[in-house]
Amino acid sequence: MTEATDPSARDRYAPLDSGELLDAAAQWKREGRSVALATVISTWGSSPRPAGSMLAVDGDSRILGSVSGGCVEGAVVQEALEIMKDGRPRVLEFGVSDEDAWSVGLACGGTVRVYVERLEDG
Amino acid sequence: MKLSVVEQLRAAREAKAPVVLVTRIDDGSQRLLDVDRQPDDPLADSALEAVRTDRSLGISENGAEYFLQPFNPPVRLFVVGAVHIAQALVPMAQLAGYEVTVIDPRRAFASEDRFPGVNLVCQWPGEALAALEPDRRSAVVTLSHDPKIDDPALKTALATEAFYVGSLGSRRTHSGRLERLAAEGLTKAQLAHIHAPIGLDIGGRSPGEIAVSIVAEMTQTLRRGKAE
Repeated sequence: MTEATDPSARDRYAPLDSGELLDAAAQWKREGRSVALATVISTWGSSPRPAGSMLAVDGDSRILGSVSGGCVEGAVVQEALEIMKDGRPRVLEFGVSDEDAWSVGLACGGTVRVYVERLEDG
Repeated sequence: MKLSVVEQLRAAREAKAPVVLVTRIDDGSQRLLDVDRQPDDPLADSALEAVRTDRSLGISENGAEYFLQPFNPPVRLFVVGAVHIAQALVPMAQLAGYEVTVIDPRRAFASEDRFPGVNLVCQWPGEALAALEPDRRSAVVTLSHDPKIDDPALKTALATEAFYVGSLGSRRTHSGRLERLAAEGLTKAQLAHIHAPIGLDIGGRSPGEIAVSIVAEMTQTLRRGKAE
């Protein structure tokens, strides 16, 4: 298998590590798309992905990587779309103690904090 | 995050330099910390811990929360012997995040047909492996069963910091191998680093199953240190 031109294409047959994911996100950005990055910054209890796990989102809600086993990605994407507009980074918290978060379904019983920021030129 | 930070991370990866991305959570400011070149940085100790353990961590410094995310160079796997098991092992190791190189002096084995898109080195493995400089994020696996090919590779591998050295072969094959390598001057302590029979004992028989056991043992050694 030769290196695909679009690094995000490789994600189809092997999960990207954070460095590769950032390369793919940077390529999206250079193509003129809006991009936000989400990073797990702390976990408590049993959460599916460790701190440092990353998710990239573009303006069409295309995603790469993961910040949970799929439980909170939907909510992260919604916030990411907001952050693409206002550029203000923020910390999202999901956990069993939080009713709203419970409704997005971190069923494993853990708590996770996710930092979401916009990918900027410069 | 700025695009220039992504570029710096890519440059560090290509230079095989471990770096740490430092994010100040309250204002979003970011910088890269090169742990080898910036030992006097106020966050150097935590950054070094992040790199050593390959784990991200959050810290508080003067009332501000920082997130430290290590970007280590990729783990590498050198497979000696472009044999049938190697054909199963290579894609599995790639899935687990390894940059894989296959070494075999026999052109019929180390062919593009058998290993499409894989780094192939068609040379004698002792010298070839030394030139590739295995480091503490490298694993070396010998699979050829041929002492002419495996022994020099093991000798080279055991002189490096490779975190994992494994060799295919039965207990009997391995005891013969240990005798030959001891006669070449390798110490008992060095020889004890060889994982043999290779792989976790899960009863694997087919090449694919044996490859699973090898990847599992490499993972265990990388993440937990030396196997119990």
